[in-house]
Amino acid sequence: MAKKPIKSASQRANVKKTLSVAVDPQVGFVRTEPAPLLPPPPSEGGFTGWLYKNIFASMSDFGSFGGATKSIFMGFVTLILSYFLVTQTLALLDFAIFSAVWSDPKGLEREACWTVEQGGALPAGWHAACWPFIQAKAKFIFYGAYPSDELWRVNLAYLVGSVMLAWVMIERLPYRKIVGALLLTAYPVFATVLLTGGAFGISTSTIGVYTILSLALITMGRLGKAGYVSGALGDLASVAGVCGWVVILFAAVLAVFSVDFSLEAIDTRDWGGLLITLVVAITGIVASLPLGILLALGRRSDMPVARFLSTVFIEFWRGVPLITVLFMASVMLPLFMPEGVNFDMLLRALIGVTLFSAAYMAEVVRGGLQAIDKGQYEGADAVGLSYWQSMRLIILPQALTHVIPGIVNTFIGLFKDTALVSIVGIFDLLGAAQSTLADAAWSTPVQGLTGYLVVAVIFFIFCFGMSRYSMFMERKLSRSRNR
Amino acid sequence: MAQPQHSPAPAVDQNTVVSMRNVNKWFGQFHVLRDINLTVAKGERIVVCGPSGSGKSTLIRCLNRLEKHQDGDISVHGIELNNDVKNIDEIRREVGMVFQHFNLFPHLSILENCMLAPIWVRKTPRAEAEEIAMHFLTRVKIPEQARKYPGQLSGGQQQRVAIARALCMQPQLMLFDEPTSALDPEMIKEVLDTMVELADDGMTMICVTHEMGFARKVANRVIFMDEGQIVEQNEPEAFFNNPQSDRTKLFLSQILGH
Repeated sequence: MAKKPIKSASQRANVKKTLSVAVDPQVGFVRTEPAPLLPPPPSEGGFTGWLYKNIFASMSDFGSFGGATKSIFMGFVTLILSYFLVTQTLALLDFAIFSAVWSDPKGLEREACWTVEQGGALPAGWHAACWPFIQAKAKFIFYGAYPSDELWRVNLAYLVGSVMLAWVMIERLPYRKIVGALLLTAYPVFATVLLTGGAFGISTSTIGVYTILSLALITMGRLGKAGYVSGALGDLASVAGVCGWVVILFAAVLAVFSVDFSLEAIDTRDWGGLLITLVVAITGIVASLPLGILLALGRRSDMPVARFLSTVFIEFWRGVPLITVLFMASVMLPLFMPEGVNFDMLLRALIGVTLFSAAYMAEVVRGGLQAIDKGQYEGADAVGLSYWQSMRLIILPQALTHVIPGIVNTFIGLFKDTALVSIVGIFDLLGAAQSTLADAAWSTPVQGLTGYLVVAVIFFIFCFGMSRYSMFMERKLSRSRNR
Repeated sequence: MAQPQHSPAPAVDQNTVVSMRNVNKWFGQFHVLRDINLTVAKGERIVVCGPSGSGKSTLIRCLNRLEKHQDGDISVHGIELNNDVKNIDEIRREVGMVFQHFNLFPHLSILENCMLAPIWVRKTPRAEAEEIAMHFLTRVKIPEQARKYPGQLSGGQQQRVAIARALCMQPQLMLFDEPTSALDPEMIKEVLDTMVELADDGMTMICVTHEMGFARKVANRVIFMDEGQIVEQNEPEAFFNNPQSDRTKLFLSQILGH
């Protein structure tokens, strides 16, 4: 409410004297009706509001000379950037779609993509994608040297995996947890048998030994629980029980691997292209997350042994480049293995990639664990939860949600790092595409560009898909917590 | 040289919920709890007050092993508090704690917050745990908030949920660590009323607080701590009207002055 202007000199003098305790009778005020609730000005709401905030925010300040200069400058910059954006996008679309050659009806192979200057039919100066080349090489790029009659097995593995994954991701479907558990346990066994042909010839006696061992461990665990063993031995007994269950699952997997499903055996050396990229990436991603979580918990543990081992593991695997790991695995490992033991090349790469990625994941998860308020740990302790219960129910759900960006970042990086396996002679997507560039039957000036364009688009689809899904997960989780 | 003065420790019997004898604790070099002797009987309500840094929070946090004491004996409900994990787990089941900053689990609903411990610690079946949770949420007068998340509740409501969560384990002893210090003044009353009702129902409680009105109304004993030692303890009327120690008098003049 406005103050009455002070007019007379005596009043002014009075105010000056008693400034610290100015008692102006106009200050007292009581509101009798609520102030009206008005809609916001146009710069705030609706489409115009969106335009103001997102496009014109830095270009609409004409209140002062400095502001006006900046606005005009930003306007120019926007125009220039928009020009580049539009022209480059159009150029890309032109290369890939509008000017591209889509079919080769006469079977001319490389001549279908030659300009008149080279002896073909296309106009001079033509420079766009040659899709018949990709069509001819598609099988190699997607499956590698996998026998063509057996491609149904790869497709079946993809189909089952995609259906199960979609089932887990779609909210409304029932039994998502069971399907998720199967996806992590039964599906890898299923896919391995399907893709390699199974029948690894594991002797019944080996399986028998593991089964008996696991039963012994489980019995020890049960005895410990029932209270027949006390103190430190009791803790050891419960650990033995857990190990027993792990070993029996391992024995079951070995049993499945030894059954002959009369599928043709296909060596992993014949796998290639997108198949290899997906196998390495998915195995790496799925295996490195739990291992990374365990390492992070170990590094933060009160037990010195766990802390030491976790730290050594993490620092070692972070200290060597992935390429070195793959080289060591392919070249050095056979030197350390006993005579005749021949570790499958792909398996070596899988183990190397998984352990490498787990070390990175461990640090990402540790960041999340550190960000959790100490009060959460105390609240969980005070209410009586054990260490593993509080981790599983309270701390990890919050910590992992905090670091979803970091985790997905690591996943995406891992997906692209799988291209390094070509160094050790495994043909991943990029390696397969590169080897098709050596085919002289399709030699054109755009052969390389077309091939790399396809590889880039495929990588982009997977990586961007992961990124989008992570945004979706983050939004969903923050909604449920109303932060 | 004068004999070190020990604070009195009444006899321990089966009615004793907490017994602390000659307890000392250090944070590194800093001697944070000095010669603590305290016995709490069933149904007693203790209020611990004192200036900040006097060790009052540390004292009650030692009772459920959120802090480790280096010297002396503590036993809760007859169970000795030492490094044995089984003892610690047993004690934590019988002791409920309410924190200054609530420490509710933000990713679970209110109902799930209260059901969590009975299900996973006492192995109560889910339906029964839900019943118990709703019973205690009704008791703290917020049953309608059961499906909401902690972030959607006011401070006073969150603290009442924290009290309900602790009660769902049906503990023998409740510890309150400055439960109203982080609340807006309008919400302090609702939480204190809940605590008064709890006291009237016979719950053994140890409360660290600056709310002297609450102490006068509810406490059997008021304990004044300063610099890690128990300086004075007495019944509330005697404590407030007739403080013996100079330090107590100074503290009371500061806290009751405004």
